[in-house]
This record gives sequence, structure tokens and C-alpha cells, in this order.
Amino acid sequence: MSASAPMPVIERGTATSRIAAIATALIIALLAIAPRVLSAGAVDRMTALFIYVILAAMWNALAGFGGLVSVGQQVFFGLGAYFAIRLADAGLNPFAALFVSAMAVGAVSWPLSLFMLRLRNGEFAIGMWVIAALTHLLINLDRLVQGETGTSLISLNVYDAGPRRVTIYWLALASMTALLAVLFGLLRGSTGAAIRAIRDNEDAAASVGVRVTGTKRLLFVLAAFGIGIAGALWLATSITFQPKTYFNVQWTAYMIFMVLVGGIGTFEGAILGALVFFLIETWFGGTGVWYLVGLGATAVLFSLFLPRGLWGTIEERFGLRLLPVGYRVRLTGNPAALAGDGASSPPRQTIQHQERA
Amino acid sequence: MSNQIIQGILLGGYYALIACGLSFMFSVMRIINLAHGSLAVFAAFALWLLASRFHVPPFLGLLIVLPLMAAIGWALQRFLLERSARGGALLPILTTFGLAIVIDNMLFEQFGADTRSLAPYIGSLSYDSWEWPGGIYVGKLAVIMFATAVILLGGLQLFLTRTRLGRSIRATSEDPDTAGLVGVDARRANAIAAAIAMVTVGLAGAFLGMRATFDPYAGAPQLLFAFEAAVIGGAGSLWGTLIGGIVLALAQTLGAQVHPQGFLIGGHAVFLVVLFVRLSTSGLGLRGLLRLPSRSAP
Repeated sequence: MSASAPMPVIERGTATSRIAAIATALIIALLAIAPRVLSAGAVDRMTALFIYVILAAMWNALAGFGGLVSVGQQVFFGLGAYFAIRLADAGLNPFAALFVSAMAVGAVSWPLSLFMLRLRNGEFAIGMWVIAALTHLLINLDRLVQGETGTSLISLNVYDAGPRRVTIYWLALASMTALLAVLFGLLRGSTGAAIRAIRDNEDAAASVGVRVTGTKRLLFVLAAFGIGIAGALWLATSITFQPKTYFNVQWTAYMIFMVLVGGIGTFEGAILGALVFFLIETWFGGTGVWYLVGLGATAVLFSLFLPRGLWGTIEERFGLRLLPVGYRVRLTGNPAALAGDGASSPPRQTIQHQERA
Repeated sequence: MSNQIIQGILLGGYYALIACGLSFMFSVMRIINLAHGSLAVFAAFALWLLASRFHVPPFLGLLIVLPLMAAIGWALQRFLLERSARGGALLPILTTFGLAIVIDNMLFEQFGADTRSLAPYIGSLSYDSWEWPGGIYVGKLAVIMFATAVILLGGLQLFLTRTRLGRSIRATSEDPDTAGLVGVDARRANAIAAAIAMVTVGLAGAFLGMRATFDPYAGAPQLLFAFEAAVIGGAGSLWGTLIGGIVLALAQTLGAQVHPQGFLIGGHAVFLVVLFVRLSTSGLGLRGLLRLPSRSAP
């Protein structure tokens, strides 16, 4: 045994992750039939949760994987809602308008990325905020919106409240599932390796031939598209459109909170963070200002003392992978041969630091 | 029209005041402090509280508020920025953003949504003006503000180039490790730089309160103005910041002429145009949008 060379095995999943995959499918199926038993209020809340998950996952894709911290993502949230209003006003079916709108947001984000992605770190972060502020001001000039008075997605009112609520719920669930699946596929595929390389060291990644800008652009457009859908769905649930509400920086604050608490740069972390945020909002949302102070303070504390967030910490502590997007190297031979004095190591040692995803 | 231009230039003094702390901190510590605007509003509220509750006139109140701001800057660097900067370049953005949310909402909790102003506490200064040749009236406050900006920027420039402490701050910003080798205490230099930056923020907050109104959520636009002025001013000296502030203010003034809501649009637009020109001419990324005077051009 001691003479045999270690045989590294590359794994893409674990027994836990295979169970998790089945569980995920089950959860989605259960969520799909949930409106049959849930009250109207609960359906609305669950829709909000799905939107939060989208927001967290998209901001995480950008910041956690692309290394692009933006405090102006509310621009896509607002544009998603605004384009939906405009399209519905032009006579498009309001439900179709939600998705056409998101595609328009994605289309707008592409030329924007040519420009913005050349900024770095904090410059990119505030630069996006300027873009959001300017877009907000320009949208206020639209006569249809009537400045801060706002307008409504009137054409949605032709549908009965009950079926409308459930339809929006399903649309939100489907959007969330599809976006998470796309992100998961991206991260697990060859782009995922590039994304993680960029996240860990951008210059080194570029030097070994990773297409840094192209990959970042992909994430930027995906995040814009996803947040656009989220904005359009939010409009569908609340009907009214006030630019001040949609272009509010608080949306980005929520995204940052969810991702920091859940675990930046981990696929599951963003979902966990959205869930935590949803529960906090449900319990403390009524306390108004102190709730916002608490959110900000928690974000500060997490970034200072637990920068990998809840999920990152759990993952590190227990080597747990539910939805693995990375590679995992396991040594099946005698680890002592490699680790020198690692005689006390368990026989099946997993090298944690080989994978961070 | 020449009247508008003069008013615009003087307003540029305010933007230079608020921008110089931001670009100073960035050039020394490579951190963009997203709580910058919120801290300026905090200072304005502190002066307002002193004036309304304890009848301390704002200019006298500065004697209390500026040391307080310096202490805040020192603590900010020691307990928040230093720690989060170790986690990479992205973490300080998140930390300071969280801090901004905390400050804004605490101010809201304490002072409510009402807009305040320091103007009632500075007597006739808020509306007094001098008549210049050509029938142009310029506000005394605006002139004082502009002069303060010039003095502050000049003083900062002198401090950085002529004093031992200033040189150690510059050395730290160039290369903290090497500076440490030659006996510069980088932690101390950074903490002092943060304290100085916050003093400028306190001054900016005072003028914000005197020349206009403010409310607990006024921090975000101030941050954007500061950032825009600093970026427009760009590379070179701290004087660039003054030019950046003036360009920003002139663009806003022009925007307001074109459209009633054009004031802010004009400012954001000129910022993006400058950025676009800079990006298309430099070819490189923008590692050096904001930089310290001592740094030689690459």
C-alpha cells in the first residue's frame, strides 16, 4: 500500500451532489405545484423570493465569478421594467413584453460592456452607478413615464387577479430555474474554467490564453439580462412603475447583502443568501430604517470577518458540495507519500485547495 | 451668459473640495471610499446639530467637527479599510458601500426625512454678493468656497511635496513594502492620510450645507459628483481636481440652460464623454484614472 503511487482521481461530483441534484429537481417540481395549496399572499412572497434568487445569482455571476463589482446593477432592473412598460404600451402582450424587455436589456448591455469593462475595480463600481443615475434621469424625461409620478402596466389588468398571480409565479420560477441552469452550465463547462481562472488571477489567466474580456462580457450581458427579467417580473407583481423605486441603489444593496452573506463566488451561496435575505425581510422588514441599518452592518461584518460567506465557510469546513461546478482532485493512494509527515491524514484525503468553486 | 459661467466656475470649487478627499484616498490607499458622500452629509448634519441645538455657528462648529472627522478617518482606516484591503481590491468597495448604507439610514433614523440647510445659521453670508464690473453679482459664499478649495488643494500639494510626513505618505502610496524598509510606518501613514481625507470631506460637507439643502440620503449624489470631478480632472496634479470640478459644474450649468432637468444630466454626460475620449486615446485600461501628483506618467 505504502509503495503504490497516489492515484489522483478527478471528480466532478460527489455522492452528496448527486443526491442534491435529485433533491433540486424535486424541489422545483414541488414549487411548481405549490400554488395549489399556497394562499394568495404566500404566492406573492414566493414570487419575490424567486426574484431575489435571480438578483443574487446574477450579481454573484458578475462579482463572484467575473470579479466585477458593480453598484449600478439597478440600471438593468429599472430598464427591464421600463422596456416592459414601453413594449406593452406599443401593444405587445404584457407577459411576452416581460421577456422581450429582458432581451432588450441584454442587447443594451452589450455596447455598454465595450465601454465599462475597461474600467477597473472601484472605477467600474461607481462608473456603473453613474450609468444608473443617468439612465434614471433620462427615463424621467419620457412622457409616458411622467417623471417621478410613474405609470402602470395597465394591460396586465385585463387578466383576473387569481390566474395572473399564479402565472407570474410560474414565470418567475421558470426564469429563476432557467437562469440558474444556464449559469450552472456555463460554470461547469469550459467557460467555467476560464471564469474561475479570471476570478483567481486575471493577469495570470490572460497570460495562459484565457479570453478575459470576452468571458467577462459574457457574464456582464448574462447578469444584465437576468436582472432585466427580475425587474420586469417585479413590475408584473407590483403593476406600478415609479422610476425612483426601480432605479434605486437599494436593489444593488440587496444583491450585495445576499451574495456577501451567502458566499461570494459560490454557486449555492447566492441562493442561500437570497433565502436568508428573504427570511430577514419577512421578519424584520417592518422595522423600516433599523432593518436597512442592520442589512448594511451585516454586509460590513461579513466582508470583514467572514468574507467567504455562510456557504463558503460551510464548504470549507465540511468539504460539502451540493451543486458542484468545479473539479475535485481526490488521492486514492497513500497520501503520506505526497504529504510528507501527513501520516495522521485520513486514507482518503481530499485536497481542498485544488478546487474553489 | 458670462454670469452663468462665473457661477459655474465657482460651483466647481465645491466639487473640487468634495473630490480631493476621494482622489487623495484613492491615490494613497488604492481604495475608493463609497461612503465618501455619506460622510460629507454626516459632517453637515453634525454642524447643523451644533448650530440648531447648541447655537454654535457653523464656521465655529468646524473647530469641533473637523477634528471629529479626522478621528473618524483614522478609525475608518484602522478598523475597516486596513482589514478589508487585505482581502483584495474588491472587498473595500463592498465594505464602504455597506458603511454608506449604515450611515445614511442612521442619519435618517436620527434626523428624519426633512431637508436641512446651514444657510439660516450663517447670517447674511448665504445671500450676500459682490458686484463685479459688467454688472455681474457673485455670491460671497461661492467665492469663499472657491478660495477654500484653492487653498486646500495648494496646501495639500505643499504638504505632500515639502513635509516629511507628506513624503512618507507618498512613499507608502508608491510601494508600502519598500517604504517600510526605509523606516516609514505604512500603517501610520495610511491612517494619517485617511484622517486628512476626512477633514477635507468635513469641509466639503460644511459647504454643502451652507450653499444648498441636504437630507440623509444626499450622500450618494455627492459621491458621484466627487468621483466625476476626480476622474475628469484625471492624471496630473491635485489641480486637475479643480479643473475637473469646474468642468463638471460648467457642464451642469449648461445642461440646466438646455433643459429644466438637464443640470444633472449635463454633469453625467460630460463625465462619460471625458471617459470615452480617455479610453479611446489611451488604449490601455484605466489603471490611472485617479492618481497622485508625485507619480510619473507611465
